Amino acid sequence: MVLELQKPRPVWQIMFSTHHTDVGLLYLISSIAFLFMGGALALLIRAELFLPEAQLIADAMTFNRIFTVHGTTLIFLFLLPSASAVGNYFVPIMVRYKDMAYPKLNAIAFWMIPPGAALIWLGFADFTWYATPPYSIISAPGPAADMWIFGLKILGISSVLGAINFVVTILKCKHPDMSIGQVPLLAWAFLSSSLIVLVAIPTFAAALLMLLTDRLGVTGFFNPAMGGDPIAYAHLFWFTFHPEVYVLVIPAIGMMYEIIPRFSRKPIFSKSSGIFAFVLLSIVSFSSWAHHMYATGMSFTEKTVFMLGTLAAVPASGMHVFNFVATMWNGRIKFLTPMMWAIGGIALFFSAGAGGVANAAMPLDFTTHDTYWVVGHFHLFVMGTIAFGTIGFIYYMFPYVTGRMYNETMGKVHFILSFVGTVLVFFTQHVLGLYGMPRRIFDYPAIPEWIAMNQIATVGAMIIGVSMVIFLINLIHSSAKGKPADIHDPFGLGGKYYYPFESKNPHH
Amino acid sequence: MGHHSNWPEWIYVGVIIALMVWVGAEAWNVERLVEHVPADAETIIVTGQQWFWSFEHEDGRKEVGTLHVEAGKAYKFDIVSTDVNHSFNIHDYVVLMDAVPGRVNTVWFAPDKAGEHDIQCREYCGLIHYNMRGKLVVEEPST
Ligand code: HEM
Ligand SMILES: [Cu+2]
Ligand SMILES: [Cu+2]
Repeated sequence: MVLELQKPRPVWQIMFSTHHTDVGLLYLISSIAFLFMGGALALLIRAELFLPEAQLIADAMTFNRIFTVHGTTLIFLFLLPSASAVGNYFVPIMVRYKDMAYPKLNAIAFWMIPPGAALIWLGFADFTWYATPPYSIISAPGPAADMWIFGLKILGISSVLGAINFVVTILKCKHPDMSIGQVPLLAWAFLSSSLIVLVAIPTFAAALLMLLTDRLGVTGFFNPAMGGDPIAYAHLFWFTFHPEVYVLVIPAIGMMYEIIPRFSRKPIFSKSSGIFAFVLLSIVSFSSWAHHMYATGMSFTEKTVFMLGTLAAVPASGMHVFNFVATMWNGRIKFLTPMMWAIGGIALFFSAGAGGVANAAMPLDFTTHDTYWVVGHFHLFVMGTIAFGTIGFIYYMFPYVTGRMYNETMGKVHFILSFVGTVLVFFTQHVLGLYGMPRRIFDYPAIPEWIAMNQIATVGAMIIGVSMVIFLINLIHSSAKGKPADIHDPFGLGGKYYYPFESKNPHH
Repeated sequence: MGHHSNWPEWIYVGVIIALMVWVGAEAWNVERLVEHVPADAETIIVTGQQWFWSFEHEDGRKEVGTLHVEAGKAYKFDIVSTDVNHSFNIHDYVVLMDAVPGRVNTVWFAPDKAGEHDIQCREYCGLIHYNMRGKLVVEEPST
């Protein structure tokens, strides 16, 4: 492996590099920075909701802007780039190629992130992460709204370029001796998620342009005052973003496939079922987008079709869980930090999925839709599953990147606090949803049950916040002062098949 | 890979599929019943606009913010919006339907006993979305 931080290099050399591990490092560092920026906004939201009435945020508009930028940041600037970081590091090594297929394109895809991010953060739009028309056309204040649209446009292109690169690297550049079945599951994860990106993103890219011209008043695609239909936007948006949730979760599952067998010191229970479930998920991810739209006035038949399409994804997700549990079964498990995050992530994945099934069942969704239940549901995925898998993997790759070990005790404390915090925040949000508390509200009526649940959620969020500070200290301190890692077996797991990727990639 | 028997996984997947079929069938059945609007339901036109609800009864009576209905009767809401999307919600009666400009969406309910319930907006609609609230007053039957 390449020890990125061990050889002193001027920063600009990394910045202008096109080598996959350098680009991976850039993705990694920027995504961690955005994790903290987006997380800080989350803490503001939770602090505001600790009690009814305005607390520390002056007005509703500021609050609305904060949750919009919070969601946009964590999805597009943390989750997607952190997956790209891992993919950039490991996919070429796993398919035994010297770099990504198109190194320059790879660097360009990364460098589209800072301008996209700048537009989103400098604009600070308020129209939520789905920019629903006609609000986004006739009511959302510019230039923030327009900046958000351009920012997402840029990030969308970046993600398409990255996806093309992964697909070509895996399918065309893998070592000639390697069959596609021998490609490790983590690389399969990137193949699946990249193919979803290529099919899904163009639809939203088109919708964004239509939204922009609608805002300029030259078209009326989604503007009823000009004969347009806002529901058309909802279809275009969710056709991209339901599959996109699998773009986010599949790499995280791939990371768990890397961690679980190594720390269980057993081969994966069934690699073929892992591959099968990835491919199946990629396909069925396109059959359920309108489960977000039950309450828009869809007909009974439409709702039924999309409910069935949604339920069809459950067996494939369940197969991954089975595979993980069966791999751990009778394993000699070593509970080090990466493994704890992976196991915690799987447990939360399971609970999140159960909540998803409830949302999918049409009559139940009329209770949960647009309440805090939904916020709890998807955060168990985005935080509890995807961020957990990713953070576990960051610990796992830490010795390979820095040549040093992170502090194990701090890593475990980080996990335990985050796990407790996540359960406190997002399980209580499910309950709040059942009480009927709508999402995206700056203030709420002083109903004692609502206050109690909100306070538990806020305390949980603060616990996560503390744990993340520990994480940051650990990362910074250990990358400079941590004890040198035994690069052949940093986690002391033994066994030869546990580290298949020791090949050293030459810089070009 | 592949050298051990996979039957536990097949059973597991079979159980999940069976569970999903059951959830789907139940949901289909319940939703079918829930959506069947009784023939004698009175129509109330519900208009959402930034940031309040107004109501028009079949007999032409109009109300803003507070809606009065009678226990024991069925009501059908025709939900419209004059500006952006909203979502009309009486959580206690699981009434939820988006108010989308350019469309009329319907949902119905039959309050069973007298009392007061919250009406709120559940779809983000801008500045005062958080306080786009109203009251449902269910009165004793008049006859
Ligand atoms: C795989 C990882 C998943 C992620 C990352 C995810 C993410 C999300 C997100 C972000 C939303 C809310 C979107 C919004 O309104 O802002 C959502 C809603 C929803 N999810 Fe998931 N989800 C996942 C899996 C599932 C599964 C497995 C199911 C069902 C079996 C499911 C069913 C639903 C439904 C029905 C809604 C709509 C709820 C509503 O708005 O009423 N999701 N999900
Ligand atoms: Cu979805
Ligand atoms: Cu609203």
